[in-house]
Amino acid sequence: MTASPRNAARTALLAATTFLAFGAGSAAAQQAPDRPTERQVRAWAAACAACHNTDGRSIGGFPVLAGRSAEDTYRALVEFRSGQRPATIMHQHTRGYTTDELRHIAEWFANVKPAR
Amino acid sequence: MSVNRRTFLAVGSAGAALALAGCASTPGRPLARVVVIGGGYGGATAAKYLRLWEPRLDVTLVERNEAFVSCPISNLVLAGAEKIENLTVRYDGLRKYGVRVVRDEATAIDYDRRVVRLARGDALPWDRLIVAPGIDFQYEQIPGLDNAEAQSRVLHAWRAGPQTVALRRQLEAMPDGGVFAISIPRSPYRCPPGPYERASVVADYFRQAKPKSKVLVLDANSDIVSKPALFRGVWAERYKGMVEYVPNSELVEFDVKRNVARMQVEDVKATLFNIIPPQRAGQVASDLVTVNRQWCGVEFLGFESTKIPGVHVIGDAIAPAPAMPKSGFMANNHAKVAADAVIARLTGQPLNTDPIIANTCYSFLTTTEAVHVASVHKYDRDQKTLVVVKGSGGLSSARSTLEGEYAYAWARNIWADALG
Repeated sequence: MTASPRNAARTALLAATTFLAFGAGSAAAQQAPDRPTERQVRAWAAACAACHNTDGRSIGGFPVLAGRSAEDTYRALVEFRSGQRPATIMHQHTRGYTTDELRHIAEWFANVKPAR
Repeated sequence: MSVNRRTFLAVGSAGAALALAGCASTPGRPLARVVVIGGGYGGATAAKYLRLWEPRLDVTLVERNEAFVSCPISNLVLAGAEKIENLTVRYDGLRKYGVRVVRDEATAIDYDRRVVRLARGDALPWDRLIVAPGIDFQYEQIPGLDNAEAQSRVLHAWRAGPQTVALRRQLEAMPDGGVFAISIPRSPYRCPPGPYERASVVADYFRQAKPKSKVLVLDANSDIVSKPALFRGVWAERYKGMVEYVPNSELVEFDVKRNVARMQVEDVKATLFNIIPPQRAGQVASDLVTVNRQWCGVEFLGFESTKIPGVHVIGDAIAPAPAMPKSGFMANNHAKVAADAVIARLTGQPLNTDPIIANTCYSFLTTTEAVHVASVHKYDRDQKTLVVVKGSGGLSSARSTLEGEYAYAWARNIWADALG
């Protein structure tokens, strides 16, 4: 792979941004962490709330995700994704996410307390 | 005041915020003040999630209307299958989350002094601002409709509320055998499938109540903008001979006295017109407009204005990312990315670098049966925008009452998510 000056500049900029983002204590060349931050997962899960209500506390028509076991939710999501589980829409949504992302989202909902 | 100085101040206030974070229990000392302009799908969600995720923030929502009225589902009011009251949600639910709801009109934003000016109340100071102004109509582009008197007679009903109810009355008063014409502006406009849904459910009403009547769809676009095969299908089958679709039909002038629409090619007469005018970002955001004198440019990691730092714009007012519709669902999803970014900025944390948001738009093809279009949008670091994930999303294969029920379930859940 050849590094054009433009790419090199971009890499340098990325490195600088990463450095700022992770603070002076971490390596400047650090890539995006494998495990997303809790804030990142919370933000991903928040997209689901447009149908499943805030924190997955559905008020009807769609499943309650709050407090449901991560294994159950994850299995449903990957089965929607593969087409194994019939759906009107969830196959189309789950195909926008990697299985890792789906697992993080399932874990996040599992940790929500079901009742306020 | 230069941008540099403003940026410096922004960093300064984040520093102050961090200092305060150490004594969070101190009563009456909020971390920072965030003002949200507009209580629609985007603004209400942003205000709620700011407090949900960072209770130390002082959050004020400015909204001119007493209650939220949903545009989604409102076409069913036109068809006589729903009541506007059932699409109306009060703002009381937000107060539970500690959002201060101010019923007033935001008339101007002073970006140097960092205050929002109100029509009646005292100006509201902000450390970060979220602008969710929705759309305004470009009536100046339609000679004949560029005055209040004409606009009170020829309705848009493209903001749910009094106009929706008034257009329903006009439809009820229309004699059987009449022609109801809908004029659609060039894309992008609010709710891409909305005009075609309107044509469909009004045709369903005519089918039951005024079977000799017709719906004429005058579209400035070269084809149906959203779900074309599904709309074409139901028009050819259930509404055969009732819906006429005319592409490339852009309104250039309207003669209120003669009730004639002057299109680029010909004049069109109808019994009742519903003119959906071209749109732009709501007036209060005019200084943030960057694209085509219509829309506010934003970056897509935090929906921060590309023009004025420290100010975020969400919902229908933004210059959209590729294939991103102007929908309530999207506005709700914008709001969460923006709220997270505002909190990050005010607490000295990095922005999330991998936002993923989604969209679903349900449309009714009859008063009980619906279809959907869905998509998932992920941030692309090279293109620096949100792009549709390959293989994600899609359409319904056919209309169904099940999806009609899901459309309602979606509406009730998103209203709860945004306002409850």
